[in-house]
This record gives sequence, C-alpha cells and structure tokens, in this order.
Amino acid sequence: MAAPRASLCLVAPVWNRGTRGVRGLNRMVAPQGNQRKRRTLVQFLADHFYDVQALREYFLHKQALKVHQENRSVNSIKNRYGPYIAGAFSVLNQGGAVKFQGQEWIRPNGRGHFSLDFLKFQAVPVEAVDASGCTLNYSGLDNLLPLKELQSLWLQRCPHVDDWCLSHLHPLADSLQELSLAGCPRISERGLACLHHFQKLRKLDISDLPSVSNPGLTRILVEEMLPNCEVLGADWA
Amino acid sequence: MLRKALQLSSCRRLSARGLSTRRGGSTLDWGGKVSEIKKKIRSVLPGGTWDLPYDTSHLPPEHADVVIVGGGVIGLSVAYWLKRLETQRGAIRVLVVERDHTYRQASTGLSVGGIRQQFSCPENIRLSLFSASFLRNINDYLAVVDDPPLDLQFNPSGYLLLASEKGAAVMESNVKVQRQEGAKVCLLSPEQLRSKFPWINTEGVALASYGLENEGWFDPWCLLQGLRRKVQSMGVLFCQGEVTRFISSSAHMENASGEEVTLKRIREVHVKMDHSLEYQPVECAVVINAAGAWSGQIAELAGIGNGPPGTLQGTKLPVELRKRYVYLWHCPQGPGLETPLVADTSGAYFRREGLGNSYLGGCSPTEEEEPDPGNLEVDHDFFQEKVWPHLAQRVPAFETLKVRSAWAGYYDYNTFDQNGVVGPHPLVVNMYFATGFSGHGLQQAPAVGRAVAEIVLEGSFQTINLSPFLFSRFYFGEKFQEATII
Repeated sequence: MAAPRASLCLVAPVWNRGTRGVRGLNRMVAPQGNQRKRRTLVQFLADHFYDVQALREYFLHKQALKVHQENRSVNSIKNRYGPYIAGAFSVLNQGGAVKFQGQEWIRPNGRGHFSLDFLKFQAVPVEAVDASGCTLNYSGLDNLLPLKELQSLWLQRCPHVDDWCLSHLHPLADSLQELSLAGCPRISERGLACLHHFQKLRKLDISDLPSVSNPGLTRILVEEMLPNCEVLGADWA
Repeated sequence: MLRKALQLSSCRRLSARGLSTRRGGSTLDWGGKVSEIKKKIRSVLPGGTWDLPYDTSHLPPEHADVVIVGGGVIGLSVAYWLKRLETQRGAIRVLVVERDHTYRQASTGLSVGGIRQQFSCPENIRLSLFSASFLRNINDYLAVVDDPPLDLQFNPSGYLLLASEKGAAVMESNVKVQRQEGAKVCLLSPEQLRSKFPWINTEGVALASYGLENEGWFDPWCLLQGLRRKVQSMGVLFCQGEVTRFISSSAHMENASGEEVTLKRIREVHVKMDHSLEYQPVECAVVINAAGAWSGQIAELAGIGNGPPGTLQGTKLPVELRKRYVYLWHCPQGPGLETPLVADTSGAYFRREGLGNSYLGGCSPTEEEEPDPGNLEVDHDFFQEKVWPHLAQRVPAFETLKVRSAWAGYYDYNTFDQNGVVGPHPLVVNMYFATGFSGHGLQQAPAVGRAVAEIVLEGSFQTINLSPFLFSRFYFGEKFQEATII
C-alpha cells in the first residue's frame, strides 16, 4: 500500500508545485522537499528559455505589486473626509471591519461591498478595527496610524504583517488597549519585543505564531515586559 | 500426468522468470545504449567539450564592462543596482572579484549588524532611511523565482544613545536634523529613561535619544547571501581571485591655470587566481573599489597617492584596517526583551542577543590604544579593563556577567573624517570608490550601491546627493564629520 502512494506523490505534486512556485509567497513555512522532486516543468523551461524566465519574474513582480496596490495610501479621502473616514475606508476596502465610537460594527458583505453611510461619522473617532485576514502590510498601516482613539486592533492571520509593522505601530501606543496578532505567519519574537511601547495594553493575543521559536518562553518574557497586560498565548506558563 | 503437469508448471515458471529477467535486462540495456548513442552524437557534433591543451573555465572573462573589486555587501549592492538600473537586459557585463568566497575575514559577516538613523549628517540619515526601506521590502527587491524568501531576522528594537551634559546640546541638534529627514526619533529625559528602562543607571546622563522605527539589528549574512543569489540570477559574473595590478594609459593635460595634470585611465585589471601564480588580464571600462578595509591598497595599486605630497596626485585614500572586538556575554539578571542597542556616554555599547539573557557588545578603542590589525585575535583584557567597567556602571546588573565568547572584525576606517568615500577619483577617471564607511557600511550598503550605480550610469547622483562624500575632500581638507561616532 505504501509503494503506490509514494509513486502518486512523486507524480501528482509536480503540477501543484509548479503553480505554487509562481503564486505562493509564503513558502518559508513549507517543508523543504527533495531537490529532485521539486524540479518542475516550469522550472525546466525557465532554466532553458529566457522568455519563460522573464515571464515568471514578471509574475512574481506583479504579485508583489498587487499587495502594494491594495495598501496604497488614501490621501485624497483623508483630505476630503478626515483621518477617521480614510482609515475606516482603507480597512473596509480590504475586507476588514470597523467600529466607530458608539456605533455598530460596519462590515463589507460577502462580495466585498459596503455601504458608504459611515461617511457621516467624520467627527466620530474609530474605536476598533478588525483587519483579520487582510492583505495589510507596512505601508497599509500608515492609514491606520492617524486613528488616535483606536482601542482595539485585530490583526489575526494577516499574511503580510511582519516585525517591521509592529515597530510601525508605536503612534497608537497611547490609546491601544487590545491587540490580537494570533496566527500571523511572519511575526516573530523579535517584533514582539517592541510592544513595550504599549504600556496601556490590557489584552494581547500572541497565540499560534509559527515564526516564534520558543512560544512559551516568549510569552513569559512578554508578560514580564508588559506587567499590566493579559497575554494569551501558548499554555505552559 | 503428474510429471507432465509438473513439467508444464515449471516451464511456465521458467518462462515467466525468463520474461521478467528479459524485461529487466532490456531496460538496463536500453539505458546503456542511450548513453552510448549520446556519446557518439556528442563526439560527432561540433560545439562539444574541446580537449583544449589548457582549460580556462576557472578564469574570469577577458572583457567586462565593470569590474568590482571586493564582493562584500557593498560590492554586491553596487552590482545589484548596476544590473537593476541598466536600460536593457544584459546590457552591462559586471564582474565581481572577491578574494575569499568563504568571507572569513570580510567585515560584512563579522559585524554586529546594526542599523540606525541617529547620525548628524543629513546624507547619512538619508542613506540609512533608504537602506531601511530596502531591508523592509527585501523580498521584493531580492526576490528570485523558485528560491525561498529571505528571512532577514530584523530586530526592530531601536538604538538608545545616551549623552552627558556636555553632549546634550549636540544630541538635541542632531535629533532635530534626524526628524527633519523623516526619522522617528524621540528624546528622553533621565526621568523618562528610568521609567521606560528601569535597569539603566542614569547617573551622568543628561539626555537620551531613542529610535522608534527602522532601527535595530539584522543578520548581515542573510543580506549578503540574498544579494549574492539575486545578483547571480541577474547574470553578474563572480571570480575568486585577487587584483594585483592595473594597466592604465595616461594623458597629459593642462588645466585652466596652466598646471600640468596627468589623467589616468585603467585599461586592464590583472586578476591573480587563488593559490596559484596564474593571472588573467581583464579589459574593462570602469573599476569600482569596494574592497572595504583593503581598499587603500587597491587605490595604491592604481597609482593613487604616488605623487608629491600636497598635490592631488599625492593625496592618498585614507582608508585603513582597524580591528574591533565584539564580546558575547551571559547575564541572568540582565535587562529583558525590551532592551534596545544602548550606546553609553563612554562609547561602550551592547544589545540583546536572542532570548536567553545573552548580550553582545564592545567599545571602540581610543586612537592611542589601537590594536595591531595584523590578525583577528581577541584581546580579552580589553573587555576587563575598558568595556566592563563602563557597562557595569551603566547597567548595575552587568556586575555579574560572564563572557561566553568573543570575536574581532575589521572596520574600513577612514582616518580623515570617519565617513564613506563615494564617487570617481578626479585623476584616475574610471576608478569609482565605495568604501571607508568606518563601521556603518553594512547598514548603508543598499543606498550606497544605488548611488554608485547612478554615478556610473548617469554621471551624477540622482536620488541621494552624495557629493560631500567625493574623494576631492581629502585634497581640499574639508572634513565631513559626524558629531558622534559609534
């Protein structure tokens, strides 16, 4: 029974890997396969033809460009409606949710559409942002930084949030009380170290971070660093 | 009947076995035949491997447009930007000559890997800011198809510089410049410092500046390997060897005031191969001197500084080898996860290394105490006498530290003003410098590479104006100095 499965594995993933090689950026986590097994038709073609190679490089570049495009700054909205609306718009545009002070949560529907009713809350500060699973990156966070009254920020499972982003969040240190970073694949203990700016933090979720090398120790050290904060994470403290 | 049946079955068994072996045999034979046929075709077709009397495949090419001397992080960065800014794919042929591909003595791998924006010269701040954005988007810049993304191991913990009462005014004006350039730096009073970092003894500290963003430390080896990988995929040629000679032509000219000037142009670079006497002359258009701590010797080879003293011909490249020690110690009661890179008023510095209460640090020796740079041996007494007292005074917990290991690395120390040298030499017109950064070469390498590539390709600095870093300042005696040096 073992033999046919092995032979299946040899054949089947060749095509899967080929497409993933172009699309998947986060292969850092992927296990290192056999060198011979990982050679695919696309790779072979890229090695032998400059055109294929250039095309693959173009796709890779395009992919990075798309993330940049989604995180471009919303300066025109900011000038017209103020920082709160601009921040909320950028989050909603990416599929996240926002909560203005004293209002209900605003979420886009299944197709990513949302009503523009919130444009009337120009003077109402944003209280909470749920950007879970968004393609938010370092430059996209720029739109959130003017939200001076932001109390809760959820950044769960954001594939592009990394250690640089955590150091970028320091302007929110005076207001932020709740921060969730659970499941972000690129956050490591190095980025968590700069959360010491957030002395007002009451709740911090750092569970399920695959890049953190020692989750238990990291949690203890973060608890030491933020004595007033409840840290959720690996449960062996 | 029984015999017949037995015979039949055995026959069948035999025939079955025969079949299977024949099948196995046939595949084996087929493989052998294919390789035989391949061999025949290869011997018949032209363009196969020639049985040359002398194999030159290990030598560098005979022609290259740009020869970069030194394959450290600066040299590779120059190569990267040259290939990236070229107008047409494959337009420039770049050769990187590196003496040691293991980078055993190279300053890149032995550095502490810090990046900061807390400089006093606006040019240095701009270089550093660009480098930070390069490192932040390193997987966009240095992405190679089919290779895993780079993990730079960046620690965004910031730099904390401490100033005594004497240095407070300088620090304040520096921070003003840094903020104008867009760096996120804040000033802390001793009181704020104590509440933020309770483990610091603020005695003798009047002011502290603390970088909030884009400052910290990273893995230099990762940057080096990432650049190498990318540059190789872009078609840059590598060669392990040493530059021993420049063949140049010279033209005698007169300047406006009637003095005679000799302009030199390097035609050929002789690259001596590793562990042999064999060398290859490489014809080239541009030579980039990125040899780091050894760039003074390369400049001498090109005849820079050979003239009478006081003239432009006689102005040497003032870049020297300097040895700096880095110590790694363990201290169970030491400062915690929030520890930034702390630079004390005395010049001693330290940072956290990993999670296990280990720390890295050192101190720059004074001019009189410069150790002999002939080898990379570590002087452990230096830590006991010059570093530890300052550390223990600043962080009382370090009284009980235990040194685990130590290493030494080289600075490409610019004895004139401790700043980089970028751009062409005024007399040897096709030698460009990218050296002399005196300890902050690693963090500025991405930006310096772009500046050098711009001046080679466009003839002027485009994005960051580095004209204060030109060589001519050594002749005019205009120092371009940092107010504080780490």
